[in-house]
Amino acid sequence: MSEAIVFDNVSIIFGGTAERALALADAGQTRAEIQAETGDVLGVHDCSLTVEAGEIVVLMGLSGSGKSTLLRAVNGLNAVTRGAVRVDGGEGLVDMASADARTMRRMRRSRIAMVFQQFGLMPWRNVTENVGFGLEVSGMSRAEREARVSEQLALVGLSDWADRRVGELSGGMQQRVGLARAFATEAPILLMDEPFSALDPLIRQRLQDELLDLQARLKRTILFVSHDLDEAFHIGNRIAIMDGGKIVQAGTPQEIIANPKTRYVADFVANMNPLRVLRAEDIMQPGATAPEDAPRIAHDTPVQALMAEQLAADGTVAVEEGGAVVGMVTARDVLTALTNADKRRPDEDKDGDKA
Amino acid sequence: MALFEDTKIPIDDAAEAVFAWAKSNGRVFFDALSDGLGGLIDTILWALEAVPPLVIILIVVALAWLVHRNWKVPALAGVGMLFILNQGYWTETMESLTLVLSACVVCMGLGVPIGILGARKPRFYAALRPILDLMQTLPPFVYLIPAIVFFGIGMVPGLIATVIFVLPAPIRLTQIGVASAPKPLIEAAEAFGSTSWQRLVKVELPWAAPQIMAGLNQTIMLSLSMVVIAALVGADGLGVPVVRALNRVDTGLGFESGIVIVVVAIVLDRLLRVERRGS
Repeated sequence: MSEAIVFDNVSIIFGGTAERALALADAGQTRAEIQAETGDVLGVHDCSLTVEAGEIVVLMGLSGSGKSTLLRAVNGLNAVTRGAVRVDGGEGLVDMASADARTMRRMRRSRIAMVFQQFGLMPWRNVTENVGFGLEVSGMSRAEREARVSEQLALVGLSDWADRRVGELSGGMQQRVGLARAFATEAPILLMDEPFSALDPLIRQRLQDELLDLQARLKRTILFVSHDLDEAFHIGNRIAIMDGGKIVQAGTPQEIIANPKTRYVADFVANMNPLRVLRAEDIMQPGATAPEDAPRIAHDTPVQALMAEQLAADGTVAVEEGGAVVGMVTARDVLTALTNADKRRPDEDKDGDKA
Repeated sequence: MALFEDTKIPIDDAAEAVFAWAKSNGRVFFDALSDGLGGLIDTILWALEAVPPLVIILIVVALAWLVHRNWKVPALAGVGMLFILNQGYWTETMESLTLVLSACVVCMGLGVPIGILGARKPRFYAALRPILDLMQTLPPFVYLIPAIVFFGIGMVPGLIATVIFVLPAPIRLTQIGVASAPKPLIEAAEAFGSTSWQRLVKVELPWAAPQIMAGLNQTIMLSLSMVVIAALVGADGLGVPVVRALNRVDTGLGFESGIVIVVVAIVLDRLLRVERRGS
């Protein structure tokens, strides 16, 4: 795998006295203290993270944690105060923090596309014209554009709505237009800033699943911002949890569930819906041999499907990976995992960050 | 108190000096401006007078139908213009329309770019605002005097006075429209790699279009309100009979020409009042 986005000690300060604010942040002062002293707002501080090509990484945290700020540094919507944001520009990595206007435009036109929380669609344009916006900006001819756009509309199931004004569409459909607009430029990197937060829960889940389907086919690199842990765990290959402008923990959903590093992360994990996140391998007894007649299930079976198997098979199932049985899950294991308090409430000594 | 009144601040002399300086040093500029505006006025007037009245009425009715897609506005426009023809004010109306259209060309041509610049550069706009306030509040009669000095008597000084009075409206409305373009749309444009020009023509101007159209409407209505004042410096048009009626204390003539102006205003206003479709 190759690197698609590299955050290298990124700090972003909003305000005029960046150097003093940075010095205070380096000295370990909190955001509130820095704001009281300098009037500047610390957006993010010393964030490092690497996103590999083809993976979905979710930046997650409460509002004000700096996740959107960090995301928007990737395409230069927010200026980086210190550090570098290197993005795969086709021929090697390009530092967006120091890119000139021309390089910035080239990256925005052909390498990085974005989906917005409030959709960012032009109400005076119809669906086709909105989806073609990025292509139009980069100077593609109308005929070429229309062919590409109708392809994208088919992809998101909006072909019948091509000539409608976007104001006539529901929120979910508008965000499909936003997705199609981002996919249309064929940029390999996709930034998604809480794209589904403004939608109803049902529509939100459907669009999450659609996004995963599209991703399975299109294989983009996606950096996704969310404040919803269930969404983050559902969508992300890896998750970076942010608090107060810093990345406090980054890892796969399973790593984070198994070992939340701070109380903040633990609180998030405690409030997630384990049925949507846990998989057979997360809760099995590794190496244990199941009874011969126990049904076999794949190691990445979601726990809800696993429970259905258990119901049919009197409690115990065997977990297999690559054809070999690697463990088993009893009814008791499931109950333990779903009620397990010790894993989701870390010991006090783990809670170093807040102590 | 006496001391205070004795030393009067010499606004009188200062204005005199400024305009005297401008007259002796700006000859070439004012002549060129006068020729340019005169050419514009002559062209529009020639076009309006070359076409027979009934054809113009038909064109206006057809345009009204194309824009509004109902029968009310075209009917009103047709009846209104036939009334003008009936009252014998056709030539004056065309002359006044010439003044209004010329003012539109000049005011929109200057006002929209200045408004855009004002939206992009808040400090420039902050400096411009008192000047716009001055242009809108200074009584027009005051700048008619230098207008005569620089441009003589006729349509051109009438147009200049009109432009000074009207120009702030399209500047203000364009500025408001462009500056109010929502941040998410601007960011969407930037995120897909728009240049500053693309951001303007693909996002800010379409967003501001209703306000810019309101600016055009205001320009036309305010220009029409200047026809009587323009007549004082010798501009032809519907103001001339009004001024004549005033000089002769002729109530009948005053009302007759006044009502024709009102009819022209109503027709133009209804023609231009386009509801925003879409959002």
